[in-house]
Amino acid sequence: MSVTLQSRAETLGQTLPPLMAEAELLAATVMMGEHGRRRAGQGDEFWQYRPVNAGDSARSIDWRRSARSDAHFVREREWQAAQSVTLWVDPSKSMGFSGDKSRAPKSDRAQLIALALAVLLLRAGERVGLAGHATPPRPGRAQLVKLAATLASDDASADYGTPTADGMVSHGRAVFLSDFFGDVAPLEAALAAAADRGVRGALIQVLDPSEEEFPFNGRTIFESMGGGTRHETQQAGDLRARYLARLAERKDRLTTLGRATGWHVTTHHTGQPAQSALLWAYAALQGGR
Amino acid sequence: MWMVGPIGFAAPLLLLGLIALPILWLLLRAVPPAPIKRRFPGVALLLGLQDDDAETDKTPWWLLLLRMAAIAAAIIAFAGPVLNPVTHAAGTGHLLIAFDATWADARDWTRRMDRAAALVDEAGRDGRTVAVVRWTDAPGEIAFQAAPAIGQRLPGITPQAWAPQDMAAWAQTLPEGAFDTFWLSDSLDHPGRAALMAALSAKGSVAVFESPRPVIALHPPTFTNGAIEIAASRLPADGPLSLEVVARGPDPAGIDRELARLPITFVGSDARAQGALSLPPELRNRITRFEIAGLRSAGAVSLTDDSLKRRKVALIGGRDDREGLQLLSPTHYLRQALEPVADLMEGGLTDMLQASPDVIIMADIARLSQTETDAVMDWLDEGGLLLRFAGPVLAASDVSRINEDPLLPVRLREGGRTVGGAMSWGEPKTLAPFPESSPFHGLPLPDDVTVTAQVLAQPDPELAARTIAALADGTPLVTRKAVGEGQVVLVHVTANAEWSTLPLSGLFVQMLERMAVSTRPAAIDAADLAGQTWVPQTLLDAYGQPLDAGEMPGQPGEVLAAAMATGPGPALPPGLYAGADRRVALNVIAADTTLLAAAWPLGTAIEGLEAPAETALKGAFLTGGLMLMLTDILAALWVSGRLSGMARGASVVAALMLVAPDAHAQDAPLPGDEFAIEATSAVVLAHVMTGDGRIDEVAQAGLTGLGDILFARTSIEPDAPIGVDIERDELAFFPFLYWPVTTTQALPSAAAYARLNDYLRTGGMILFDTRDGDTPGNSPEAQALQRLAAGLDIPPLEQIPADHVLTRTFYLLQDYPGRATRGPLWVEASPPDAEQIEGMPFRNLNDGVTPVVIGGNDWASAWAVNAQGAPLLPVGRGFAGERQREMAYRFGVNLVMHVLTGNYKSDQVHVPALLDRLGQ
Repeated sequence: MSVTLQSRAETLGQTLPPLMAEAELLAATVMMGEHGRRRAGQGDEFWQYRPVNAGDSARSIDWRRSARSDAHFVREREWQAAQSVTLWVDPSKSMGFSGDKSRAPKSDRAQLIALALAVLLLRAGERVGLAGHATPPRPGRAQLVKLAATLASDDASADYGTPTADGMVSHGRAVFLSDFFGDVAPLEAALAAAADRGVRGALIQVLDPSEEEFPFNGRTIFESMGGGTRHETQQAGDLRARYLARLAERKDRLTTLGRATGWHVTTHHTGQPAQSALLWAYAALQGGR
Repeated sequence: MWMVGPIGFAAPLLLLGLIALPILWLLLRAVPPAPIKRRFPGVALLLGLQDDDAETDKTPWWLLLLRMAAIAAAIIAFAGPVLNPVTHAAGTGHLLIAFDATWADARDWTRRMDRAAALVDEAGRDGRTVAVVRWTDAPGEIAFQAAPAIGQRLPGITPQAWAPQDMAAWAQTLPEGAFDTFWLSDSLDHPGRAALMAALSAKGSVAVFESPRPVIALHPPTFTNGAIEIAASRLPADGPLSLEVVARGPDPAGIDRELARLPITFVGSDARAQGALSLPPELRNRITRFEIAGLRSAGAVSLTDDSLKRRKVALIGGRDDREGLQLLSPTHYLRQALEPVADLMEGGLTDMLQASPDVIIMADIARLSQTETDAVMDWLDEGGLLLRFAGPVLAASDVSRINEDPLLPVRLREGGRTVGGAMSWGEPKTLAPFPESSPFHGLPLPDDVTVTAQVLAQPDPELAARTIAALADGTPLVTRKAVGEGQVVLVHVTANAEWSTLPLSGLFVQMLERMAVSTRPAAIDAADLAGQTWVPQTLLDAYGQPLDAGEMPGQPGEVLAAAMATGPGPALPPGLYAGADRRVALNVIAADTTLLAAAWPLGTAIEGLEAPAETALKGAFLTGGLMLMLTDILAALWVSGRLSGMARGASVVAALMLVAPDAHAQDAPLPGDEFAIEATSAVVLAHVMTGDGRIDEVAQAGLTGLGDILFARTSIEPDAPIGVDIERDELAFFPFLYWPVTTTQALPSAAAYARLNDYLRTGGMILFDTRDGDTPGNSPEAQALQRLAAGLDIPPLEQIPADHVLTRTFYLLQDYPGRATRGPLWVEASPPDAEQIEGMPFRNLNDGVTPVVIGGNDWASAWAVNAQGAPLLPVGRGFAGERQREMAYRFGVNLVMHVLTGNYKSDQVHVPALLDRLGQ
């Protein structure tokens, strides 16, 4: 038991820095936007000097500025409200699929995007956490290490992941990364719960190109990644059109769902560079603000 | 053996296995291909989908057919199929295998041997005794032996380079008793063949084998009208045929090489075709043999002897101021005598010595300059022959009076003598018979040759030894002495008919021949050959390959003469025979040889060499079966869907194979096209690759930076710069070359210099940068530039004048800093007549662009930017440094503008605007 734990911890320790470095590298390609609220409030950046009003405490007076004139001035800072962003990365087995040896599994890509997004958000001063109660949203770089560790250690035994709205902060933001091949009902429930709390966000469907193409032929038995579901066919090629129709239908469903709840929806393929998905997610989170 | 059409089967019973095929059909059909298991998350979307049909449950019919064909092929293969199986009736009694074994057999001798070996094997199987005979051998006993013994002897039998000598005699020596004969004929008729055939037919059946390939023979070349005429004959004469005749001989290094090649074409049914080959004498004299390319036969080779060689004779006559008196010209008779048999040259002595003639003839030339004498002496030492004729000039001069002139064999007495003239006593003198030691010994003396005047030799102890011809009264007429390897010969009379009638006689020509001035006419007759012993030097075997003559004894001329008429034989094989003073080639084919086809009596069985060969088909069927099996593997994989990746690869390969030839045919880019397109799709700045990685990088970065500035500020929008290899790349695409000079770069090759000069002449500009502006003086780079520029076509240079157009092509500049600031800048010098007009800010200077700009300010370092567009290297200090960088960019902009717009800004039209800008 202790051996297993130790070895896993070591494995984690070995994989963490490269993963984080990769995420940082990806995040470095996106320029930081503005996070100020364009008005006085809580924050670090200087906003303006204003004359002292009745009710301002003496501590708030900027004595250096006031010494240069006869009046007293208060130094106001720009209001910088930190947003809470909750990430959900599908830990299920279906995300471990890769259609080609040259491509990493979908889970790798989903974790990479999630972590890169976390890097960006944390750097901007936002609070980032993971769905569920294990890792609540917190600011600061230390949170990144925690996120990475949780993401890497997170693996469920279920074939398909079930999203959850647990741990979401009201009026925060959320990003779900999954292939969304599982049952749609839990997703609908989660989105409804999120919408109730004023949470908006983005759904990123991460798919392997072979899941888009269905390049199979001949007599085949298809099994889900956990082996829980089977389907046998004599002529896989004949199923292609119908499979693609169903896939399109699933995507359409997601889009409809997103439109209804105010979430952005996109599909990302592991064959594409991760940067495009990151940019999209970044824009989606900003645009929703 | 059981036959189906042309195919026989060794084990036909195995074919019964084919009956099992339908059973196999049923068996195979029952077993469907195994399914493949795949992990696939999308299975959630597949649930509930039904297959359209369940057909692939069973193996598809075409796959079955494939497998059945494979098995059928295997069954047939093991049944031992044979195409054209040989079945023959066994012969009985003795068997005589007779070869003509002449030169005409040599071309396909191995095939004849194969045929003979097959015959011997067959005879051995049938228990017959065999004898093998070559008709080219001397007639002798024929003994029949057991076939295996003959089979061992068979490889030792080779063709001969001559024709059968005495076929009729063979008819007498045939063994007693009956025997069958296989006659492997060379398809040529030989004397006595009919008699031999009759004798053989009397003994038993005769089968004749003839090769279907034509016999081709090369006749000896003849020299006519300044060209070598070569003829070839063939048999049978049908259909057009093209041959190439190759002339071989030693090259100047002594290695045997092909010297010339002459195509000869037979048209229609010509039996004989000829061609003419015109060669310079140097080449012609080196030819040792002609041969028909690609034919290995003594008949296709013709050795050349001295009859083809012609000597180069330089003819120098004095007094060429006398015009119109051709018959009096000192060289007229010489020219007449030599023109048909030698290559004559006329001109100045020194000029002709350059052409290294074999003989120099001087007609009545008295004195040569010292340098000419030295040159002639050198030439004599190497084996030249100087033939001098006397004459009035020589008689009147004081040459060789007291001391013997090195270029005259004897001392001469003053004035010479005249006999038998109007004013003298005595009769004209006739010639004395030539002594035995004379090269002229044996020449007949015509009666009408008289001498009326001559120059006289001083009596000397050596005079008698040097005299090779004398008059009847004993006065020397022709004298000679050896000089080094060569010799000097003086004929004491003129070369024209003034002093004697010798030049009018046939003796004159013969004497010239004997002195090896001219060569003999091509035709040699028996009389020429008789009386000498001819020693073989090179011999030919039947394949036309030269053999060393070894210890072969010489043959008397009469025998050789006979062989010349009848053709070579065992005693006189074809080859080159050397006599006393010349060599004679004895060739297989004479000039008048005609090839006659052998005529066989009616009813003789005549076969070609080829019998239809037995072909075992087992291997082919097995291979076919294996191929079908392999196809089946692929097909089975495809049916079960395991082929997706492989199929894609295979289809790509197949598509490439199908498409590639078309693509090549239609629009395959030529090598170098890519480079050309890259270099010409936009303005491209280029730098010369120096081989120093760091400098090349900086140059590349520098031109990138300059390109960015040009892009931002001007209408020049250059592409990424290109590094060019001056040894390899085409330069014409680039308007501007930046050349950082390094000490390590090797000098360009001659071809590269030619290209660079071409580039400079056609409007290109090179900026040479020695990068030593901060260390003025004669730096190593400056020295390297001097070495480099020595081979370039660079006009005169001057330090850039203040009014050079480069100062105002875009920016107004006064200095030209790079990373360094102090280095001078050199451009093409302005014309000396350029005058500054009063009130004008600049002179009207040269047209065009200066082809080179030379400086040392290391501009590339100042221009260089990194991938992000930030300056790569520091320049100067602080803001002043940035200013310096800016000025460096401005210089670069001006330079490229100057390259692209030429002297546009030199136009006076711009004066007002420029004055305005200059604030004047």
